[in-house]
Amino acid sequence: MQNLKDWETIIGLEVHAQIVSKSKLFSGASTDFGSVPNTQVSLVDAAMPGMLPVINKYCVEQAIKTGLGLNAQINKRSIFDRKNYFYPDLPQGYQISQFTQPIVGKGSIEIDLKDGSSKKIGITRLHLEQDAGKSIHDLEPNKSYIDLNRSGVALMEIVSEPDIRSAEEAQEYVKKLRSILKYIGTCDGNMEEGSLRCDVNISVKKKKFQSRSLLGENILGELGTRCEIKNVNSIKSIGQAIDYEFKRQVEVISSGKEIDQETRLFDEKKSETRSMRSKEEAHDYRYFPDPDLPPLEITDNWINEIKRNLPELPDFKKEKLINQHKISSYEASILVSDKNNVDFFDKIINENKKRNPKNIVNWIIGDLFSLLNKNNLEIKNSPIKAEDLGELIDFIEDSTISGKIAKNVFEEMFETNKKAKEIIEKKGLKQITNTNEIKSIVENILTNNKDKVEEYKSGKEKLFGYFVGQVMQETKGAANPGLVNEILKKKLAN
Amino acid sequence: MDIDKKLVKKIATLSKINIEDNDVERLSKELSKIINWVEKLNEVNTKDITPITNPSDIKIPYRKDEINDGKIEDKILKNAPEKKGGYFIVPKVVE
Amino acid sequence: MTDLKNINLEECLELLKEKKISSKELVTFYLKEAESNKELNAYISLNSKNAIKSAEESDKRIAKNTIRPLEGVPLAIKDLFCTRDVLTTAASKMLNNFKPTYESTVTQKLWDSGAILLGKTNLDEFAMGSSNETSFYGASINPYSKDKKKYVPGGSSGGSASAVSGNIAIAATGTDTGGSIRQPASYCGIVGLKPTYGRCSRWGIVSFASSLDQAGPMTKTVNDAALMIDIMAGYDEKDSTSADLEKTNFYKNLENRKKLKIGIPKQYRNDQLSKEIVKFWELGIEFFKKNNCEIVEIDLPHTEYALATYYIISSAEASSNLARYDGVRYGLRNNSEDINDLYEKTRSCGFGDEVKRRIMIGTYVLSAGYYDAYYLKAQKVRSKIINDFDQAFEKVDAIFTPTAPSDAFEKGSKIDDPIQMYLNDVFTVPVSLAGLPAISVPIGLSNKKLPLGFQIIGKRFDEDTVLSAAKIIEENANFKKEIK
Repeated sequence: MQNLKDWETIIGLEVHAQIVSKSKLFSGASTDFGSVPNTQVSLVDAAMPGMLPVINKYCVEQAIKTGLGLNAQINKRSIFDRKNYFYPDLPQGYQISQFTQPIVGKGSIEIDLKDGSSKKIGITRLHLEQDAGKSIHDLEPNKSYIDLNRSGVALMEIVSEPDIRSAEEAQEYVKKLRSILKYIGTCDGNMEEGSLRCDVNISVKKKKFQSRSLLGENILGELGTRCEIKNVNSIKSIGQAIDYEFKRQVEVISSGKEIDQETRLFDEKKSETRSMRSKEEAHDYRYFPDPDLPPLEITDNWINEIKRNLPELPDFKKEKLINQHKISSYEASILVSDKNNVDFFDKIINENKKRNPKNIVNWIIGDLFSLLNKNNLEIKNSPIKAEDLGELIDFIEDSTISGKIAKNVFEEMFETNKKAKEIIEKKGLKQITNTNEIKSIVENILTNNKDKVEEYKSGKEKLFGYFVGQVMQETKGAANPGLVNEILKKKLAN
Repeated sequence: MDIDKKLVKKIATLSKINIEDNDVERLSKELSKIINWVEKLNEVNTKDITPITNPSDIKIPYRKDEINDGKIEDKILKNAPEKKGGYFIVPKVVE
Repeated sequence: MTDLKNINLEECLELLKEKKISSKELVTFYLKEAESNKELNAYISLNSKNAIKSAEESDKRIAKNTIRPLEGVPLAIKDLFCTRDVLTTAASKMLNNFKPTYESTVTQKLWDSGAILLGKTNLDEFAMGSSNETSFYGASINPYSKDKKKYVPGGSSGGSASAVSGNIAIAATGTDTGGSIRQPASYCGIVGLKPTYGRCSRWGIVSFASSLDQAGPMTKTVNDAALMIDIMAGYDEKDSTSADLEKTNFYKNLENRKKLKIGIPKQYRNDQLSKEIVKFWELGIEFFKKNNCEIVEIDLPHTEYALATYYIISSAEASSNLARYDGVRYGLRNNSEDINDLYEKTRSCGFGDEVKRRIMIGTYVLSAGYYDAYYLKAQKVRSKIINDFDQAFEKVDAIFTPTAPSDAFEKGSKIDDPIQMYLNDVFTVPVSLAGLPAISVPIGLSNKKLPLGFQIIGKRFDEDTVLSAAKIIEENANFKKEIK
């Protein structure tokens, strides 16, 4: 068994992200998932004789938005090319894609790793292309069933630089990419439904400091042969596929053989990669510019307009939250993992700048998330709206109710959709802050517990809690704890 | 440039066209002749010339993002050589 | 009794409007003529039942005086235009049984103007050819063929040319990729117009070479061509290469005659040109001079490279456009238990030799290692050819050339030599590469008593000048058909 520590993996990822849009890239059929087969297919999608493509402007806009979200260069002139090959779910016999001049050029994203470090992963390019239909192979033993609903849906292919060096980095890259795309609303990032798919390109090489090699000098420092792994459908699978493939390639090279440059499939059940059964000659896609489509020309005005309407990107927003509101990096990360969280927070803080951001964050991440998770809800469907939570927080901060009472009110707000004010008034939960009122209650308690007072005065300091408890019980928890403490101390000091 | 029999077979495979063995020789000759004839383009100096895909300078027209097509499965499947349950049927594809 | 046989479109419309004939009479007459002239093999299918029905509807409208521009006129349509529920074969076994569920934009415009589908005309398979000999349905014949000698009508729109010339259609549509309207028009002694690329929509026309294909009229007169192109032209938002321009008025504009500068490209006048072509060329030049036009010699230096450029580009585009014919969703299927075998069996059986040849050439010139040397090179040479025309059109308004290097050839005489066949397009192909409008108009009969047509090429979207110049030739040549 080879010592993997002597080797490193060079990994690049190709992510196919389905663009969020109502209709397809070159046809007006719907992009909905899971419909009755072949009901979301136009004549163009079915490649009937004489059909022609016309591009969906919104899909182009989504690609530009994504490019901006990846800090990438937007190419003002790009061309659509045909990628020619035969497959039953590819009706045209070619896919309209972009080869030599894609819409988006170089960019980068930052990933955070377990050890606390950050790493920049380069993006080589992003291009627009059509998705293929679906082939179902297991409905009948000798037949494949073809559904073209997905044929022609807009995809963005995002190619990373081979900057990734480990399974963790690969997973963090995909997670970060997914969160950015979801954040700006260009892809829903749903890997189970196939809106985000991943191909892993991986090669291995001996680490530089290894001067000895069993196989000769040509292994050192040179990039190894790459394999492409397809069908990696979850974050977990990415890790498993890389781990397996890393070991496999090292074993192959160490035993004196060569790595075949090939496409392999990831087998989820076995957590292994395997060669594709059909040993086809390497695809010659014969890319050439699609003569049915003029070049795509994007103006500076359009790019600037899109930039203006782009939400603040997650990384930028995170920094802002930390700097402006002094919340922790961990908390900020959770907020920016979903734009809906950020919007919720922003609404509360912007409505009343005096509200304590740390309190807001605690309520959202602690109490709200807890209830939402229990009830399988997302924040955008929360029964407690941002304004309502804000109001509740105000009631705590102006001492109308205590923090403890607030938790109960919060739960009731969640269940009944009622606002804080209504619940507090109805249930008479207002905190007692009248000093005289508390004084008389304290005096009462102390009078009725003379023996305990004596015990306290002779050293049993624990009994302080008992007295507090009694006051609280008497006032049904409504007494302001701070005041109770203050007054009790004074009284007991006498 | 001559197109030898091996190349003819490779091109035929890429084009998904079956070539009978006794046709390979004929095709090799015909295709070679045509390719040799078109090679006269090498006489033209095309340094620094931008290639042209389409003779017009029409700007790419855009479509609005609305659903105005599809839901015509009857038409889509009407001419299918083999169909079942709303799907197109082909022999089992092995990956 | 009106001579319905030799009637042209303009005359026809007049007679219908004046109620001197009915649409039903007209349609019935032409259906009969088509049936009795089967040896021309101009039609792949006739629209017998529905044509009569449509004619009756047109007659009702004529009675009410709610007539549309082409009300009641039967037209022959090249079997490359998809016609709803009517067999559309592209003259190929591959689409032998194909009935589209949709109508092409161009033919829809004709029906919306009141025209009636008479039948679908024969062509070279998938529009690839210059003689109509590659059709799955057999060759079409030039109506000027006499006795035992059978001459080709030209191609690929051979059937349309044969029908109009043979008086079994009043007018027809064709498509032109490298000369497929103009060359058969020349061989058959009729008028054929290829408009500017982008003038007519390509939506619903079986695609051969996307950057070259254009629909156009094939008619007996220049006026007829103008009438038809006014209806056929127009922006189509379903075609991304369609030009968004104002509505055309070509027919009306024929009334205005212009003084034109006519260019004669010196590269087209080579020693190989036959004496009779030269004679007619000079005759045409005289016609222009007599009509107040100036003759200017122009230079199109890259002419000799146009054919090779065309064959590389059109084959490349065709190889990709014909990939959809795979036996999966429509058309022929030769079954198998393996998908690749199904593809190969279907395509080998469904496509004829010329189509297969072009697909293979196209695949080759696009393949890895050859792309730069062939396809990319051809695209660059294309750019130079376009530039040649742009420069020439700074000096002239129109260019006058022979349409084809000869009159029609005998059936079977060139089919075994693809390159010989390709050379028929030497004058028409450069125009297609540049996307310019051009017309072929008959000028006279050759020594073999076969028609000869000459070509007028115009600036982009200047079909007005092309038609105007064509009128000059037409009026002066006074070409009379001499079919026995």
